[in-house]
Amino acid sequence: MDVSQYLEIFIDETKEHLQTLSEQLMILEQEPKNEESINEIFRAAHSLKGMAGTMGFKRMQHLTHMMENAFSEVRSGNLNVTEDLVDILFQCLDALEAYLDLIMDSADEGTEDNEAIITRLNNFMSGGSNAPAPVAKAEEPKKEEKPEGGSPNTKNIKLADFEIHAINEALEKGLNVYTFTVYVDENCILKAARAFLVFKAIEELGEIIKSNPSVQDIEDEKFDLSFDLFIISGESIDKVKAAIENVSEIKGTESNKISEKISNGVITEEKPKQEEVKETVPATTSNVPEKPKTAQAPANKTSGKPVVNRTVRVDIEKLDVLMNLVSELIIAKNGLVSVSATEGNGENSQSFNEQIEYLERVTTNLHESVMKVRMMPIETVTQKFPKMIRDLSKKLEKQMKLTITGEDTELDRTVIDEIGDPLQHLLRNSADHGLESSELRAERGKDPVGSIVLNAYQDGNNVVIEVGDDGNGIDVEKVRDKALEKGNITPEQAETMTDKEVIDLLFKPSFSTAKKVTDVSGRGVGLDVVKTKIESLGGDIEVKTELGEGSTFIIRLPLTLAIIQALMVEVGNEKYAISLGSIQTIEDVEKTEIKYVHQKEVINLRGSVIPIIRLHEVLDIEKADEEADTLTVVIIKKGDRQAGLLIDRLIGQQEIVIKSLGKYIANSSKLISGATILGDGEVALIIDANTLV
Amino acid sequence: MDNNKTEYNSVQYIVVNLGDEQYGIDIKYVDNIVRLQKITRVPKAQNFFNGVINLRGEIIPVMSVRKRFGLEADIFTDKTRIIVIKPEQQEAIGILVDVVKEVVTLKEDQIEKVYADGNDEKSKFITAVGKSHDNLISLMNINGVLDFQTL
Repeated sequence: MDVSQYLEIFIDETKEHLQTLSEQLMILEQEPKNEESINEIFRAAHSLKGMAGTMGFKRMQHLTHMMENAFSEVRSGNLNVTEDLVDILFQCLDALEAYLDLIMDSADEGTEDNEAIITRLNNFMSGGSNAPAPVAKAEEPKKEEKPEGGSPNTKNIKLADFEIHAINEALEKGLNVYTFTVYVDENCILKAARAFLVFKAIEELGEIIKSNPSVQDIEDEKFDLSFDLFIISGESIDKVKAAIENVSEIKGTESNKISEKISNGVITEEKPKQEEVKETVPATTSNVPEKPKTAQAPANKTSGKPVVNRTVRVDIEKLDVLMNLVSELIIAKNGLVSVSATEGNGENSQSFNEQIEYLERVTTNLHESVMKVRMMPIETVTQKFPKMIRDLSKKLEKQMKLTITGEDTELDRTVIDEIGDPLQHLLRNSADHGLESSELRAERGKDPVGSIVLNAYQDGNNVVIEVGDDGNGIDVEKVRDKALEKGNITPEQAETMTDKEVIDLLFKPSFSTAKKVTDVSGRGVGLDVVKTKIESLGGDIEVKTELGEGSTFIIRLPLTLAIIQALMVEVGNEKYAISLGSIQTIEDVEKTEIKYVHQKEVINLRGSVIPIIRLHEVLDIEKADEEADTLTVVIIKKGDRQAGLLIDRLIGQQEIVIKSLGKYIANSSKLISGATILGDGEVALIIDANTLV
Repeated sequence: MDNNKTEYNSVQYIVVNLGDEQYGIDIKYVDNIVRLQKITRVPKAQNFFNGVINLRGEIIPVMSVRKRFGLEADIFTDKTRIIVIKPEQQEAIGILVDVVKEVVTLKEDQIEKVYADGNDEKSKFITAVGKSHDNLISLMNINGVLDFQTL
């Protein structure tokens, strides 16, 4: 069966299910009795198993099957949720993620069987549950590996206790139990495929509780020309028979109806098992109230996954096209605005202006809507962090808790895709370097459980993400010593550097202050990578720290990458745009207020000394006329540093569409971050103020 | 048969003037020919770039072939044109020429290869010379002209 076309869907859905599993396991760890979580986990594991099976990922299927078993035990009360169990299950999740990674890379699940985990899980179940449980485990309907040497005659098939119970249970409920022997045509080439179709056909009508040979063997074509099935169904025997014989290359069936309860002496021991079957009923009926048939339970369970948001998957390229069209529209609108500005005064100008304002409102709204379509909540990235912190907590033997706030803050999809790794790195950093060990914390009078906080919020045209901890903070002196030792700075520099400059050293390549290299962090690639990544997204990062109190990394990202609000300025007779995000204020400064410090021009603005940058010089523009007495200075900021850009004339604020300058033009200084098209069709360059501060 | 063969091997060139010399540009690279418009200077760019223009909403860099070839600076007249070139798999770029003259069809036997002198960086710009109506046309090697790596 060619399933490659479903691979993408499989990967997406598997991701979702793994996420659900991870979330619910976290909940379960806190509240071991939370039935809702248990059911949710069971469903997710079950769906995963089914999907992996359909796609032919046997190992993945096996592992999820074991997880499903464990949860059916938990559900039936045979197994208590303990920390150890959650640990093993998290290991299973990791293994499943590893499978998924492999599948994403190569469309193959690889050869890792994860026997160790499965064995642990098995041992756990046999140790933690009542005696019959482990046997029953291996006998779960879908996949028992029981050595079954009996003849194909259904009467001789040995039923496991719980299977007998399931049958009895069904009979009590007035459902029909049939045995079928299905004969496959001897010329059939793909016997397993035909068997699969038979299974599918039956699952629509009822439940297969037992097959001989096992499902696994049938899928592997380890059967002759016939196989036997025990089926529970609400439908008549003829209907089931017809459904099976409807599958092509099926030669025929032999069927039998079991109408009497199978009795034996093991019933009492199997009590919990009975409960399992019973419990399926309410879970299913709540999903499909109009079909309260027990027999339909397994089929419905598969579709009973948690209700997902009503969404349509849209190719990001289509959104890009839409975005480009909006950009065009905004350019056209800017054109009309500039025409109306130059040719005012006419009789019609008032209504013309009204229409333009209307158009402006529409384009702005359209732009916002398209932007919103591209937006995703940061939750999609942060949801994997609780588990990561939990793992780290175990690995580092430190107690810590992660608090995430503002996870509904939205960011552009392209940014979301890229921001995960840097955030993960910062969190690891906090866990490893930031937080002290529990003993030390207790000594210092802090809560022994370290706190890591991830907070996201929108601030104007930026989104700010803060990653902080209440650990030791950055020891500036230690960093200084380390930098000296490593030769990053000279002793003279060390003398004169401010604390802030020292902390900035942390963002330099190959600078790790971790005393010992752990596999969590401290391999020398670190904050510099984070910084590079964030800058490539048009954002920046800074750090605030207080020795003994903790440190906070503050990431600032632009809300959008394509359209920004900018201040248009004129220098000489050229027009430039400066992103409004980096502008603090605009000041009129008397020529005489410019002072010199170390041969550099500065102004003293309300107590802070700000260096002056003459844009003419930076941009190689000839200064034409005599300098006026009052100068216009645009104060820009980057973090807490400021600079004043000396310009000739202000044009005004405008919404601009950022276009790339292309690859041909060398732009080594990165001074020009792009170009934009003005209303009159002229091109203006965008100055990246961050490179000037 | 013969006819087919000659047609197959003929190439159309746009003939332009740069000073007194005639240059040919393979028509398959030419996306557009536009009149001179306001070129926005880009600070700190390579000296042979005049800047960028807006071509129907796209930002296109404009290069002076004269400066690239080491000729004297451009004199802008109303005959000056920007030829927008779109090489395969690459971004479009505009080049400034004095005059666009005509389109000629050159057959294989009208084209003579010029062998590159490895020491002369400029020799990669012109790889062949075409003969048409007693005129000699230097045929530009677009990939060479746009190869900025060796600079």
